[in-house]
Amino acid sequence: MKWSTAFNSAIGKKLIMGATGLFLIVFLIVHCYINAMVFYNDGGATFNTLAHFMGTNIIIRTVEIGLMAFLIIHSWTGLSLWLKNKARRKTGYAVNNRQQTSRWYSRSMALLGTLILLFLILHLSAFWAPNRGHQLMEGEEIDLFQRMADAFSNPIVVVIYVLGCISLAWHLLHGFWSSFQTFGLSTHRYKGMIRGIGNVFSIFVPLVFALMPLWFYGGSHGWFDMKPSVFHQQTIPVEAESVPMH
Amino acid sequence: MSSLNNRIPEGPLEQKWTKYKSTCKLVNPANKRKLEIIVVGTGLAGASAAATLGELGYKVKAFCYQDSPRRAHSIAAQGGINAAKNYQNDGDSTYRLFYDTIKGGDYRAREGNVYRLAEVSASIIDQCVAQGVPFAREYGGLLSNRSFGGTQVQRTFYAAGQTGQQLLIGAYQALERQVALGNVTMYARHEMLEVVKVDGKARGIIARNSVTGELERHFGHAVLICSGGYGNVFYLSTNAMGCNVTAAWKAHKAGAYFGNPCFTQIHPTCIPVSGDHQSKLTLMSESLRNDGRIWVPKAQNDTRKPKDIPEEERDYYLERRYPAFGNLVPRDVASRAAKERCDAGYGVGASKMAVYLDYASAIERYGAIEVSKRGMGNVDKAEIIRMGKEVVAEKYGNLFEMYEKITGENPYETPMRIYPAVHYTMGGLWVDYELMTTVPGLYALGEANFSDHGANRLGASALMQGLADGYFVVPYTLGNYLADEIATKPVSLDHPAFVEAHQHVEERINRFLNVKGKRSVESFHKSLGKIMWEKCGMARNEQGLQEAIRDIRALRNEFWSNVFVPGEAAELNPELEKAGRVADFLELGELMCIDALNRNESCGGHFREEYQTEEGEALRQDDLYTYVAAWQWGGENAEPVLHKEELNYEVVHLTARSYK
Amino acid sequence: MEHYHMNLTLKVWRQKNKNTAGRFETYPVQNISSEMSFLEMIDVLNESLVDQGQEPVAFDHDCREGICGTCSMYINGRAHGPWHHTTTCQLHMREYKNGDTIVVEPWRANSFPVLKDLVTDRSSFDRIVQAGGYVSVNTGNAVDANALPIEKAKADESFAAAACIGCGACVAACPNTSAMLFMSAKVSHLALLPQGAPERKGRVLNMVAQHDHEGFGTCTNIGACEAECPKGISLENIARLNREYVAATFAGGSQNA
Repeated sequence: MKWSTAFNSAIGKKLIMGATGLFLIVFLIVHCYINAMVFYNDGGATFNTLAHFMGTNIIIRTVEIGLMAFLIIHSWTGLSLWLKNKARRKTGYAVNNRQQTSRWYSRSMALLGTLILLFLILHLSAFWAPNRGHQLMEGEEIDLFQRMADAFSNPIVVVIYVLGCISLAWHLLHGFWSSFQTFGLSTHRYKGMIRGIGNVFSIFVPLVFALMPLWFYGGSHGWFDMKPSVFHQQTIPVEAESVPMH
Repeated sequence: MSSLNNRIPEGPLEQKWTKYKSTCKLVNPANKRKLEIIVVGTGLAGASAAATLGELGYKVKAFCYQDSPRRAHSIAAQGGINAAKNYQNDGDSTYRLFYDTIKGGDYRAREGNVYRLAEVSASIIDQCVAQGVPFAREYGGLLSNRSFGGTQVQRTFYAAGQTGQQLLIGAYQALERQVALGNVTMYARHEMLEVVKVDGKARGIIARNSVTGELERHFGHAVLICSGGYGNVFYLSTNAMGCNVTAAWKAHKAGAYFGNPCFTQIHPTCIPVSGDHQSKLTLMSESLRNDGRIWVPKAQNDTRKPKDIPEEERDYYLERRYPAFGNLVPRDVASRAAKERCDAGYGVGASKMAVYLDYASAIERYGAIEVSKRGMGNVDKAEIIRMGKEVVAEKYGNLFEMYEKITGENPYETPMRIYPAVHYTMGGLWVDYELMTTVPGLYALGEANFSDHGANRLGASALMQGLADGYFVVPYTLGNYLADEIATKPVSLDHPAFVEAHQHVEERINRFLNVKGKRSVESFHKSLGKIMWEKCGMARNEQGLQEAIRDIRALRNEFWSNVFVPGEAAELNPELEKAGRVADFLELGELMCIDALNRNESCGGHFREEYQTEEGEALRQDDLYTYVAAWQWGGENAEPVLHKEELNYEVVHLTARSYK
Repeated sequence: MEHYHMNLTLKVWRQKNKNTAGRFETYPVQNISSEMSFLEMIDVLNESLVDQGQEPVAFDHDCREGICGTCSMYINGRAHGPWHHTTTCQLHMREYKNGDTIVVEPWRANSFPVLKDLVTDRSSFDRIVQAGGYVSVNTGNAVDANALPIEKAKADESFAAAACIGCGACVAACPNTSAMLFMSAKVSHLALLPQGAPERKGRVLNMVAQHDHEGFGTCTNIGACEAECPKGISLENIARLNREYVAATFAGGSQNA
């Protein structure tokens, strides 16, 4: 059987969704870990060091291309499947009690995914794009910690971020288990475990993300004593290999 | 009256089939491709025959009225399938299965056919396992067996309570494989409405496409009727709603004799009727009798709850009357015993037409075994019962669940109420040893024929017979006939015989639609069922049967003058389909009563009240009735003609059947 | 169990044939016993329609004991109605009370076109089986049934998958109209048995291809199929189907023409 045929079938498409989804989940772990460094309240010293590594390491930068590609594939495949599946029931039910047989977020992956995608466009244009642009033009990164502090002092931005994280949580509640199911790993023996880990993950990771804008918002409004950015006091080595690793 | 030739091969019983197979005529592969076979019905017999004939290379056309061949009513068989494998080392053999079947059939079956059935039974299990039928297994990985009514060995293979389903799915898959390979063309949602004969031989059928209403002509060098039984003549039965006699009846009217039509089986363990609205009766597998105990109160009209009736005031009447077999007596015996108790006023439930099937002692017994198996020492009774329920749930859980869904009662807590219901028809188209009817080229397989069960079928033997006929018998015997047909070119569908049959069907359909009377088809069916159940049911007598014949004739006349069939011919019209089936039942019912009236004896499922022993057991009249009554269609409103096939018992000695 | 009688309002989908548009009709039904099955209640409606000279509601049904898989109604927004592990024919009227309104619709999926009223065409399921849902063993080829012991747990699991009755509730309930549960039950049934092993790879690839060809949707692991399946076919079968597919794809299984 040809590979192209294999990945074009109903299961093949599922495998694409599952594989890209799992990769995005792995990315979330790394992203969440690094961003959680802001909570050190060291003026972004730890955070910036790690962010810098991520922003300049050749391997990470290569993977980043893959990440963007996977994000696009995941979104594209998901949306096209959703559209096609909708068209497969020309006449719908007049009465449908779906809430009795499945969870709303399992049925709403396309909607949640779309919300996340919209959020990501905002998010990337606020942080990732300017940073990469600056790197390209000036050869060095911007002060991401300060940028976060600035952005999250605006309550509207905070609300958008929190909503984005909630969408992510619902999306993951289905998506985490679903990707394992797609690869046939959710067997009788492991189903409970995968569901359990998935539920914890789906709540913990988006929660940590959601806490960041709140943290910065609190800091910029004097709820606690947030240490200002130390970015410009740090010597930023341009070469990635000279980054001190923690 | 003439004597019929059953074409049983000469020679010792155990060599007949082997000899037949080695000497019958064969068709070479190139010729098989040119021979077309029509199979009507896709239950166990039809699907297995169609698949096997397709594998052999014949061009097969299979028809079923259901929307898919997988839905034929064989699927509903619960308990199991017999085979003389002797895996349990408990003394089973081909001969014993043969003997049990002859005896269970109350000595009204043909020795040669039954022996062949017992012989091929083992191959059926092999074939089914090879197809992937998931039979129940022991921890060692080998097949499990259980015992069933009327036998003392464990020879029944099963797949929980869904044996029929699993076997049918096996045959269905084999059939679909042949469809995919192009050897079988499947016509689902098609109903056969006429046999077409050319020069005295069956050469095709007229079938109606139920979706479009279109009448289609199909040619075949041979036609196989595998359309099941006619229990629905009683309106209420364990059959599916669509089960009908139409295909067999059209064959009968085309010249095929009908064998022993009055032999019907009333199954002892069904859920009782709850009201006038009832559309069908649900069987509770006979396997329940392995562990359940059947009883009624010792006092008449006892209205206490079963739990409040103490042990000493219960009458375990089967154990009392038949100590050797107890609750495992054959179906006819168990059914009559239940009817006897209820008629005498000992029945239970609101209708008083039910007996208890009690699992309390089985739950306790299994609980105790489980406790000792797990070395749990002294535990209280509640714990024993809890464990017992678990074991019972594993064995019969799906049946108990079904009972609860239908009745709303929990059978783990309170005994089930059961009553006999029409289940199977031993009678059917008369066939010879080759399964050919009296019309050359027209065959009948499975429940549609009369051949193997005599006057009463043993549990778990129907599946065996259907598959034996389809997988292992007809592929040989049909070849023997078709070997002489290789030069026969397909008959043109414009042949006068096809045109005439087509017109005949068309006229009949128009007749249904044009009566435009007042009564629904359903109400006629109900009236017929009531007559049949009351006068030609579990017990019959001369007067009642004569009344029944009169009543059925009157009902039939009313049907043709007052039935209302809505809708049109050229569309999906369930009422029209039903009208055709009920019209045939109205003719068949009369024949059944005539046959029951003719048979002045009691045997198996046929119980004539005039012929019973002092203890109320069936009394055969071997010197007068050791024959198959094969009825020839006499024409519209004319008497049928009786032909006899004498039954010669060369091996088995006829004795009074005793299960005491 | 208390018995009672009730009057109900039925809203039933009526459609003359495949090519015409359908609509809902409202019918009152009176004096329905709580002991009736749902289909017996429909029988009462049909008898009264026939008595009034009207065409009764066409619906698929046959065994009325929950095993043939013919009956197929979407009742108040649920495939086979509200009872767990229950086909329409086994649903009983004690579920309802006097004055209830019940909406009855056919299975809805492009791959199950409506033929009339509540009757749909599910032949697509047969064609999926034709694509490979069998063991290629001609009659007479079999060895002794006990020649090949099979681990009880596996045999039981295979049986549980084989319990599928092909009713189509999974497709009807699935927001994507996917037939994965049906297909996975067959693939699992045969994949778990040694008898099914030789054709394992081709089977799954061919069946999936046919599934797609019939226009069924993609599975997104929503789970409504499992919840509505009258025979309790588990989603684990879909997991197994996916494994079989991955294994067949990566091991280079070949699809027949």
